[in-house]
Amino acid sequence: MSTQAHQAGAGFFRKYLWATDHKIIAMQYLFTGMIMAIIGGFMAYVFRMQLAFPSQHVPGYGVVSPGEYNSLVTMHGTIMIFWVAMPVLIAAFGNFLIPLMVGCDDMAFPRINRLSFQVFFLSAVVLLASFLVKGGAFGGAWTAYPPLSASGAYNLEPIGASMWLVAVALEFVAFLLGGINFVVTTLNGRAPGMKMYDIPIMVWMVVLASILFMFSVGPLIAGAVMLFFDQNLGTGFYNPTQGGDPLLWQHLFWFFGHPEVYVVLLPAMGIVAEVLSVFSRKKLFGYKTVLHTAWGVGVLSFVVWAHHQFVAGIDPRMANVFTITTLLISIPVAEMVFVYIATLYGGSIRLTTPMLWALAFIAEFMIGGVSGIFLGASASDIYFHDTYFLVAHFHYTFFPIAFIAVFAGLTYWYPKMFGRMLNETLGKIHFWGTIIAVNVIFIPLFITGAAGDQRRIYSYAQFSEQARPGLQDLRMTATFALLVFIAFQFVFLFNFLWSLRRGKRAEANPWLANTLEWTVPSPPPHGNFAELPTVYRGPYEYGSPGRELDYWPQNAPS
Amino acid sequence: MMKPIATSRSATGIPTARLVTWWVIASEIFIFGGLLASYVMHRLAHPEWAAAAAHTNEWAGGFNTFVLLTSSLSAVLAHKAADSGDGPKAARFLRLTALGGVIFLTVKAFEWTHEIREGFVLASGGFWSFYYFVAGLHALHVLAGLIIMLFVAVDAAKNQELQRVECVGLYWHFVDIIWIFLFPLLYIAR
Amino acid sequence: MSSEAHVHHPNYVKVWAILVVLLILSAMGPMTGIRWLILFAAFGIALIKAYLVAKNFMHVSFEKRWITYLLITCLAFLAILFAGVAPDVMKHWGLHWVNDAARQAVASGMHLVSPKHE
Repeated sequence: MSTQAHQAGAGFFRKYLWATDHKIIAMQYLFTGMIMAIIGGFMAYVFRMQLAFPSQHVPGYGVVSPGEYNSLVTMHGTIMIFWVAMPVLIAAFGNFLIPLMVGCDDMAFPRINRLSFQVFFLSAVVLLASFLVKGGAFGGAWTAYPPLSASGAYNLEPIGASMWLVAVALEFVAFLLGGINFVVTTLNGRAPGMKMYDIPIMVWMVVLASILFMFSVGPLIAGAVMLFFDQNLGTGFYNPTQGGDPLLWQHLFWFFGHPEVYVVLLPAMGIVAEVLSVFSRKKLFGYKTVLHTAWGVGVLSFVVWAHHQFVAGIDPRMANVFTITTLLISIPVAEMVFVYIATLYGGSIRLTTPMLWALAFIAEFMIGGVSGIFLGASASDIYFHDTYFLVAHFHYTFFPIAFIAVFAGLTYWYPKMFGRMLNETLGKIHFWGTIIAVNVIFIPLFITGAAGDQRRIYSYAQFSEQARPGLQDLRMTATFALLVFIAFQFVFLFNFLWSLRRGKRAEANPWLANTLEWTVPSPPPHGNFAELPTVYRGPYEYGSPGRELDYWPQNAPS
Repeated sequence: MMKPIATSRSATGIPTARLVTWWVIASEIFIFGGLLASYVMHRLAHPEWAAAAAHTNEWAGGFNTFVLLTSSLSAVLAHKAADSGDGPKAARFLRLTALGGVIFLTVKAFEWTHEIREGFVLASGGFWSFYYFVAGLHALHVLAGLIIMLFVAVDAAKNQELQRVECVGLYWHFVDIIWIFLFPLLYIAR
Repeated sequence: MSSEAHVHHPNYVKVWAILVVLLILSAMGPMTGIRWLILFAAFGIALIKAYLVAKNFMHVSFEKRWITYLLITCLAFLAILFAGVAPDVMKHWGLHWVNDAARQAVASGMHLVSPKHE
């Protein structure tokens, strides 16, 4: 194939830094995301140490000032959502898997793909550079509500605030560009014989996520430019004295912000669907159910956004509407979880590391989902809003999304990506250490939050009614558990890096799976398929009756 | 670089280039839509903005509408030429369209210079902030469109990549439609 | 590779002429001075012009059906955005932060809950 000949003479720069190959671009996103995760995690370490030992010196950082605390909390959230969850779940997995899973040789527009990573990388650089400017990084929360975010006199980080905005805007552009390829390649680049309902759920979820993202981010891009103008050019889009309205920002932000959580949830659920099916040796219980409810979740996600604004002074009559829609959206999500559980029932369960992560996703995410009911009802939200109860809720949803599902996906597709097997024992040690630690971090926070602990507060020392020293043990427990959690991540990093060179060499299909990526060598060559495949059936034909083997690859003629 | 096979496949029946163009248009609908929705809400809440809006030049606005409509005509005629395989003719029409864009931007430049001289700038008040932002964003899209169009014309003149003629035309029609709504919103509604 | 779907090319110049006439009509609206007529002419005609451009120049009616659905969906979600935000942003003025309509709704609701309250 001429594409292979084309690559033969390519140097390091061409092959790894200026690549158009979707697999290399996927790795670029993956490694950038992993580095940002370490940075975001370090920030969590610092501010939790501050909360456990107020005004004490934090090893590896120093004493945390109030302004720094706000910046750490802001940047932790911003980084984890935009520079870890999205690039890893959508851009890394999406880029790597989609052309392979639909049976073509690359994305439809490889140069746009390359551009999307370059814009993304630039956005990361701008964001990190904001730590170094006068005033430091933006500290007005990842939600950036004006007037705090619009005025340097209030937030004390005028340059940092604008750089934060620019970085986020660039990240949005990067994912709009990336979405082009995910959607168009899936729709148009499919192998002959692959009908819509033969597309693996993972691919559908990345496509759906791209659609949700594209629909929701547009108004916020407009809003972000308006905020930038307010910050720097003296306009008053969000300033009541100039005829503007701060609530407009909130609405534009959350109109994006709520679909955004499903943008990251759906690919995570896609990974779990793949892993559960393979390691139960059983067909996904309801492919069409999963697909259609995912679409339903996507549509509903656009009519729930103001549940983030119940106490912001919105029209109380709208609060009624949004309570109802918010409680409704739990139904299709629950439906998907039920289908996953039904897939397990009667299956021949193999408790490999990826499977453990997938099972943990279901359990932990359900805790997150159930705790959301208290927050989605406007009456109870009046109490729970902006307490640590909320923080625990969204970590019980985001952590499964951004870490548990990602670990499931990484441990499952690592052989395909890198041509080596990960060490199972280390994988299990990492799993148990992480899962236990994470629960010990956040269950105390449910308790302190329900008791009234407010979030985004550097120190309760100034607020006598908040201080409640009796709760300090719980706050410290959460911090200690975080330290344990961080320690176990070194196990994963070691496993990941060591196995790159010393892991057992992986064959093409070590897990005996059906989807097309497992029909090519590990790792796949440039151009993916020596001979482009034809597809004869759906992706989940496991344990088919009357068949000797318990799996049935999509491209096998019979 | 060689195009991958993925680019030429078409399981949906719509060529990938056109699919991408519709995707881009959809995303732009949300950007402009969100911005215009914000503007409309503020405008309805602030009847006093009518005094500021009275200072916009509806003749310049009307003329520019005419220019964009006419350039849309030449864009679709370019597509018709490309459809029948006549690349050089398509390229001529594309350049004519780009010229329309240049005229639009020139008129806008004079219009805005006049308004700025009268003291109306971005921060002059709610109406003007929205006016300059929306019209400015639109003008940026006109500029980007005409530049891309010129690049497509270079290839089309050599009878290459003719499918791009239709795609850049689609984008241009979209930009025209946005202006069709901007004209009454910014110029007529008082 | 051009699409075979546009074998039928309408008379583009004729469409353009109609668009120009509509433009002139909409610009003449302000001369009548009747407010509702001006707005009706301006926005109604804008909608018609947009429809004509989409149908004839962009060939939306010749495209696969789901492109039309995509566009309608975009507009539907924008309508949802407007509906959800307008109760707040359209009802503010200056520094008057009390939402009178909402306050009335709450008061009448309270009246139902406990008649002693007011």
